[in-house]
Amino acid sequence: MALLRCRGLRKEFGGHAVLDHLDLTVAEHQVVALIGASGSGKSTLLRCVNLLEELDDGTIELDGEDISDPRVDPDRVRRRIGMVFQAYNLFPHLSVLDNITLAPRHVHRRGRAAAEVQARELLDRVGLGAKADAYPDRLSGGQQQRVAIVRALANSPRLMLLDEVTSALDPELVGEVLTMIRDLKADGMTMVLATHEMGFAREVADEVCFLDAGRVIESGPPEQVLGEPTQPRTRQFLRRIIEAGRL
Amino acid sequence: MTLLDHVPSEAQLRRSAYRRRQTVYSVLVAASSTAALGTLLVIAVTGAPGWDRVRRSFLDPEIARDALPTVLSGLWLNVRLLVCCAVGALLLGLVIAVLRTLRGPVFFPVRALAAGYTYTFRGLPLIIVLYLLTLGVPGLRLQGMPPVLVLGGIALVLTYGGYLAEVFRAGIESVHSSQLAAARSLGLTYRQTMRHVVLPQAVRRVAPPLLNDVVALQKDVGLVSLAGPIDAVRAAQIATAQTFNYTPYVVAGVLFVLLAIPLIAVTDWVTLRAAHRQSGG
Ligand SMILES: Nc1ncnc2c1ncn2[C@@H]1O[C@H](COP(=O)(O)OP(=O)(O)OP(=O)(O)O)[C@@H](O)[C@H]1O
Ligand SMILES: [Mg+2]
Repeated sequence: MALLRCRGLRKEFGGHAVLDHLDLTVAEHQVVALIGASGSGKSTLLRCVNLLEELDDGTIELDGEDISDPRVDPDRVRRRIGMVFQAYNLFPHLSVLDNITLAPRHVHRRGRAAAEVQARELLDRVGLGAKADAYPDRLSGGQQQRVAIVRALANSPRLMLLDEVTSALDPELVGEVLTMIRDLKADGMTMVLATHEMGFAREVADEVCFLDAGRVIESGPPEQVLGEPTQPRTRQFLRRIIEAGRL
Repeated sequence: MTLLDHVPSEAQLRRSAYRRRQTVYSVLVAASSTAALGTLLVIAVTGAPGWDRVRRSFLDPEIARDALPTVLSGLWLNVRLLVCCAVGALLLGLVIAVLRTLRGPVFFPVRALAAGYTYTFRGLPLIIVLYLLTLGVPGLRLQGMPPVLVLGGIALVLTYGGYLAEVFRAGIESVHSSQLAAARSLGLTYRQTMRHVVLPQAVRRVAPPLLNDVVALQKDVGLVSLAGPIDAVRAAQIATAQTFNYTPYVVAGVLFVLLAIPLIAVTDWVTLRAAHRQSGG
């Protein structure tokens, strides 16, 4: 069954359609990679799914529930979706542990002790156990992004949205974050990730969607979309990526 | 510990020795230039033709000793008022600033009231607010009217609450929207986001200007004496009128500075720490 189903999404900014009749279906345990040029609407799509932006048309269903209905409480929906941003967005005034336990304690009303046990377990699993009491500005970019992923996971989300989580990182730090995403896939997490890492999309995604001007104009298994694209726009995009040495 | 085992190299030892010599040299230069300037100042002031007269009417030790108890008891009033009004104005300012950030049509009247309040009380001179509250309000002859001192305190809280609300608001707006997006994406409600993510960062950032306003408040609390209560400056004025000597004012001034020093020191320390943090330290 589809975990996430977007139909006919439209989002305008200043009279300009950033998402335009966009359809996207994500099955449970599936990993979908969104690729496309800068400005094609990848981040906007992820923000809409997380109800951080108000839609101008279309519907979004999560687990069969229409979450784009204005009567739905967005806070309740967001508890089931984990989101990770390009710029980490950790809370600078809270320690790593407090960053991670904030939502479990205040949203899920779990006790501090229980939340901290869970957070330390998650941190240990990604090799950051020693950083629990550090503040974000003492961490490397890769470490910060891994903490941001752990923070989203602490809510036990049904779906993870990852928005170019490696773009702000130095090349030698990209690997540690990608490893973490690989492990998440192995655990069966459903994910939608916007990315410029074509090699990684090919390896980890079950399906690749190419976005252009707010529409999915080509989608399918990675070998097909990245290997034998049928649309001229996709070919053009991939050619540029190859020229830039990123595939 | 590797740090303790480390044996410094020849070059490092030479560098350390050089830095030590430099420190001693700087201290010597600072001390001698201070001494020279101090001597010059003393000679200039005490050598002035009117020095004897000024010393008698401003720096009379006997009058200072006599005035000290009444000035001190006045100062005690300043201290109590300062503490109460600072706490009150900080709370009021914070509440008003948060009210002004509320979105949605339901909150329109709240937002409008809060905005109207900050406009009015930042524009209105403190003296006028004081007179209105301490002289005007008792004129209503209502039952259970609080004492003049409390009314004066309310005037101070209202006026300073307006300034502090704007400082808090600037702090709230300085928190980047990506922090809000991150908090909301975790499922925190607007109120939880404010409480746990926005306000802690905002308050830390504006702590120096907030404390600066508290230092200013310290000097303004004395204005309640216009309505009758006797603060340190008023006590000094009374003593001056009795002796025809200005020494009590100097006593009050020195006490005010002594009182302000810890507050200003805390402000400087907080400012330094904030600057340090911003530079990524
Ligand atoms: N809040 C906003 N206000 C106005 N325009 C916006 C806003 N957010 C996004 N846009 C515009 O929408 C378009 C799509 O932006 P979006 O961030 O979704 O692109 P993207 O595919 O994520 O690009 P990138 O690969 O550079 O991250 C851009 O032209 C952008 O300028
Ligand atoms: Mg983007």
